[in-house]
Amino acid sequence: MQPFIDINKLNLYYGEYHALKDVSIEIPERAITAFIGPSGCGKSTLLRTLNRMNDRIPGTRIEGKVAIGGTDIYHDEVHVESLRQKIGMVFQQPNPFPKSIYDNVAFGPKQHGVRGKKKLDEIVEQSLRSAVLWDEVKDDLKRPALSLSGGQQQRLCIARALAVEPDILLMDEATSALDPISTFKIEELTHELKNRYTIVMVTHNMQQAARVSQQTVFFLNGEVVEYAPTQRLFANPADSRTQDYISGRFG
Amino acid sequence: MIDMNPPSDSKAPSELGQSFAKVSGAKFDRKMRLRWSNKLFRIVCIGSALFVCLVLLCILVLMLRTGILTFSNVSLAEFFFSTNWDPENEHYGALTFILGTLALTSLTMLISIPISVVVAVFLAEMTPPWLRNLLRPVLDLLVGIPSVVYGFLGLTLLIPWLRTISGHDLADGLLAASIVLTIMVLPTISRISDDAISAVPNKYRDAAYALGANRFQTVIRVVLPAAKNGIMYAVILGMARAIGETMAVVMVIGNTAQLPNSLFTPTAVLTSNIVMQISSVEFDSTWNYGLYMMGFILLAISLLMIVAVRMLQKKGGRNS
Ligand SMILES: Nc1ncnc2c1ncn2[C@@H]1O[C@H](COP(=O)(O)OP(=O)(O)O)[C@@H](O)[C@H]1O
Ligand SMILES: [Mg+2]
Repeated sequence: MQPFIDINKLNLYYGEYHALKDVSIEIPERAITAFIGPSGCGKSTLLRTLNRMNDRIPGTRIEGKVAIGGTDIYHDEVHVESLRQKIGMVFQQPNPFPKSIYDNVAFGPKQHGVRGKKKLDEIVEQSLRSAVLWDEVKDDLKRPALSLSGGQQQRLCIARALAVEPDILLMDEATSALDPISTFKIEELTHELKNRYTIVMVTHNMQQAARVSQQTVFFLNGEVVEYAPTQRLFANPADSRTQDYISGRFG
Repeated sequence: MIDMNPPSDSKAPSELGQSFAKVSGAKFDRKMRLRWSNKLFRIVCIGSALFVCLVLLCILVLMLRTGILTFSNVSLAEFFFSTNWDPENEHYGALTFILGTLALTSLTMLISIPISVVVAVFLAEMTPPWLRNLLRPVLDLLVGIPSVVYGFLGLTLLIPWLRTISGHDLADGLLAASIVLTIMVLPTISRISDDAISAVPNKYRDAAYALGANRFQTVIRVVLPAAKNGIMYAVILGMARAIGETMAVVMVIGNTAQLPNSLFTPTAVLTSNIVMQISSVEFDSTWNYGLYMMGFILLAISLLMIVAVRMLQKKGGRNS
């Protein structure tokens, strides 16, 4: 089977700084792939190349190829906005807009031309249900999003991302700012979502990677040291540096 | 190498405790001091707020005390609803000036708000850093230019130009005045809005772009709403300046006490009329009282407009 996301000999430079070095990995469809590694090793950078959020950082230069579903996403003819619509992103700090819960979720669909209150209501409810937030907020969707708790805000951000019907969901340490119960809820949620979406998550919590992902990629200093099915990588790492990292000898 | 032996002047724990005790003196000293300084701070804050209110009240009372004397000779209806201002013949209708001030301020805001916001968005979101670093100080300088200079510019450049394009022999009037005022308040409104827009956290922009919004959508739907309070503040400051501006307006509005039938007809507003006449009236004449009353009305209009803008802002607050 052809891999869903195919990254081939990818090099990324922030000005002079060589942040990703010859990264080649394959990411399967409808599964969770976790990126692990010490801070500053390039996990977020690689994640941002997948929806081209790095385009926003001046001085970024990229070599190599990133193909999603067989299309080179750095090809000149790729429409970046449409690409990002297909690839949702959840950030480390929950970042709902300072608008109501409803307006947060409806934001994406409205941008992409969905009109009509009934249709929007439907999308909002659907997305909030998918993000397991509906029951907590259904009584007052006009409430400001910023009045929610951190964990609820993060699930709202997931709902907001799901509302534009993406195929892929990128999560950059989405639980690192949350308490254990919220973290647990979001892990449960990703477990549900992987049946419908391809999920790529950055985490520096190895237990989390082991718990929720099917494939794990281990990074060190901008290089991929190894990647493998999660159970194999944790049980039987091929590289001694992976062994050192997962046994907690550095990081 | 780390020296494992403690330095010779270090103290045993008990000694250390005593050395603190010696400095801190009485037992509850620190707590008391904290409580007192909290209290004092509160008193100073409340005091300052009260002082500001008191000053405002004094000004209002001062203007009103003299202004109210107008009505011993002039009826309220005449003053507020007549457009006939001819004090030499005992006609004291101030409606022209009141309407003039309202019209001039509205027109100025109508022109200057959209332009300022566009300038601010351009500065904060689209300009390359080198150009931004050049333009910001220039705008800041423009804020400080004395208004009489703007008046000169209006007189020598704008009015001749307006004459040619409008075909009027005298182009002094509301349009000339509002263009001059627009140029005057533009740097203020756009720089403060620029700061407000720049202060919008990047995480909101990231979220919008990650959802597939383009730059235009991000600015309109996310950045401007998030910067709304700051922009409102900028508008209030600009408006306050426009309402009260005297010099630049006097130079281009034509100073004729008549209700204008076009934007190019000479007319007058509260400020321009007061400043043109105050030096030539007798101290205890109805004319003088009338001018004071107009000053009071000016103050009232500017306070009301500011309150109105605030209310608008509150009303739009919850859902957006
Ligand atoms: N915008 C940027 N400009 C320059 N260097 C950056 C930028 N973002 C990240 N870096 C550098 O790239 C490296 C990888 O960063 P990042 O991908 O954020 O690491 P991680 O997410 O694994 O902690 C770090 O050394 C970081 O300092
Ligand atoms: Mg990171």
